[in-house]
Amino acid sequence: MSDTHAQTVPYVRESMLPQAEPPVAERGVVKWIRENLVSSWLNAILTLVSLYIIWWVVSHVWGWFAGSVWNAGSLTECREILAGEEGACFAVIAERWNQLVFGFYPPELYWRPLLALALFFAAIAPVLFPERVPRAMFVVTAAMPFVNVWLIWGGSLWGPIFVALGFVAGWGAWRLAQPRLGVLAGAILSVLAALLWWGVVTGWASPDFARILPLDLQRVTSRDIGGFLLSTIIGLSAIILSLPLGILLALGRQSDLFIINKVSVAFIEVIRGIPLIVWLFTAQLLLNYFLPPGTNFDLLLRVIIMVTLFSAAYIAEVVRGGLAALPRGQYEGADSLGLSYWQSMRLIILPQALKISIPGIVNTFIGLFKDTTLVVFIGLLDPIGFSNAIRASTDWNGIYWELFVFIGVLFFIFCYSMGRYSLYLEKKLSREHR
Amino acid sequence: MTDTAFDDSPKVDRSQMKVSDEVAIEIAEMNKWYGTFHVLRDINLTVYRGERIVICGPSGSGKSTLIRCINRLEEHQSGRIVVDGTELSSDLKNIDKIRSEVGMCFQHFNLFPHLTILENCTLAPIWVRKVPKKEAEETAMHFLEKVKIPDQANKYPGQLSGGQQQRVAIARSLCMRPRIMLFDEPTSALDPEMIKEVLDTMIELAEEGMTMICVTHEMGFAQAVANRVIFMDQGQIVEQNEPREFFNNPRSDRTKLFLSQILGH
Repeated sequence: MSDTHAQTVPYVRESMLPQAEPPVAERGVVKWIRENLVSSWLNAILTLVSLYIIWWVVSHVWGWFAGSVWNAGSLTECREILAGEEGACFAVIAERWNQLVFGFYPPELYWRPLLALALFFAAIAPVLFPERVPRAMFVVTAAMPFVNVWLIWGGSLWGPIFVALGFVAGWGAWRLAQPRLGVLAGAILSVLAALLWWGVVTGWASPDFARILPLDLQRVTSRDIGGFLLSTIIGLSAIILSLPLGILLALGRQSDLFIINKVSVAFIEVIRGIPLIVWLFTAQLLLNYFLPPGTNFDLLLRVIIMVTLFSAAYIAEVVRGGLAALPRGQYEGADSLGLSYWQSMRLIILPQALKISIPGIVNTFIGLFKDTTLVVFIGLLDPIGFSNAIRASTDWNGIYWELFVFIGVLFFIFCYSMGRYSLYLEKKLSREHR
Repeated sequence: MTDTAFDDSPKVDRSQMKVSDEVAIEIAEMNKWYGTFHVLRDINLTVYRGERIVICGPSGSGKSTLIRCINRLEEHQSGRIVVDGTELSSDLKNIDKIRSEVGMCFQHFNLFPHLTILENCTLAPIWVRKVPKKEAEETAMHFLEKVKIPDQANKYPGQLSGGQQQRVAIARSLCMRPRIMLFDEPTSALDPEMIKEVLDTMIELAEEGMTMICVTHEMGFAQAVANRVIFMDQGQIVEQNEPREFFNNPRSDRTKLFLSQILGH
């Protein structure tokens, strides 16, 4: 036996090996299929079973979609066109499109909700993508709620303008009072200034302005608003209003101040502990008992308030989770630098707590948006309400699937985009903050 | 007052370390309870401007609680604490004023992870002191250079090592131009090789005459820089002395035991 191995024999490589391709089974599609579809016998069987189920579903539904009829005046006409063949009757959506989308909104005024929608997108752009949209766009964001109310309900523009000026008055009072009198007195004075403005100045000045420069649009009552317009108005208003309210409630629940703490806890627990549908019935029936007789408080507004309060309670709990997840050191770090409570909340605590809460917040928003369909039970004509009404008509009696598929798809588009945005935001923030 | 430190190692420049007669912090008959547990018992301590005090003692002895009372991260229940002539009471204005005058460094740095290093340093000057942004950034860069990490200014805290983060925390405090600095075990969470870079920064600060109170177990630092060492146990100040005497000639048995345990190997 020799003592030397091949490796121990002096050796010099004469030519360098070029880089070689991995074997066929280890690259590209083949590798992917092997690893993801047939990595073991069990997985191979599962893949085949899944493929069969997908084929079975698609083959049954496909004919229905492919043979669909888009142009017919009634279900009977639709069936005649189909002549016994399988096929969906989406003609109902084509024919009732306007109702499903706008409700009984006057057709010659459809441009107003459409403009309002465009304005809404312009207004949320700087909020959703602050680094891609110029900061000046925040002017649109500030004006949007007031202009949109005017666009959708009509009437004089001076009303929303004076309401907006009331906020400016409150802000002005805050800026004047807070440095001299402190936070509490500043907040009280600011609210007083706004109320005084709305109660007194608006009352006598707004009609005069309307006479000098009438900026009137034809009025549209809430009863005429329906379909997806209704769902989006309720859903988006509640989303926009419930986030700040929910954050305040979460801070209230964390507060050391006894009264604020207990009020927040009671509010959250009561609102959360009772089903939304009960709150909606409350909004429809009971609220008028508590209001002075003779006041006719718009039902749509009542519903928006109820849905907002309901989702604010959920947001509050989600945000509280985010606040609790922050280490104590963050609070102490902010305190030790001399930041005031509101400064440390705004600059240090909330940016981090909200980042943690994004999935939960968006989840709540998605739930809220879908829950707007519950308003059908208090007699508002949202898309579900219209689907019932359409089915009750002689023309379309007996049509189910097509309407629900359509409604489902529209809601899915909304909710899916919210979910995607939340993922985008999470990725962006985790990249920035690490 | 005379200044004494017994390790005259050449790397510490003592020329600027002067203790004046001006009182920086006065703590008189201060007591604190956590519920019914008496954490701090009858603390009397006067700190003069320019002093470098090291507080040591076993864990649970109340040393961190003591310095956290000085900027009211903890509330005391009786006695008085006067910082820079302002008494700590429940008055929020006084508390914020004292906090902006007193810098603090924590064991776990407590940098703000969602802000860059530069933003961490400029935040308080901009919002509390109302310094213009540009000026605040210049100040921040000045102090980041001082702690030797100006090139990291646009990174986020999570991208830095522990030692670097602690130096940023020191720079962040200095940007408020504090007259007193508190250190709460600044090196306890660091790897051994990073402790030195933080201690060097602290020594530099001491050389410039900053009034410092440090809770630390770094006895080398205490010997080199401190003019007074305080030993605490069971919420009380058991012994205080200038470092040479404190380490060479401890008087109480409790101090002797503690020193033998930490210097024993």
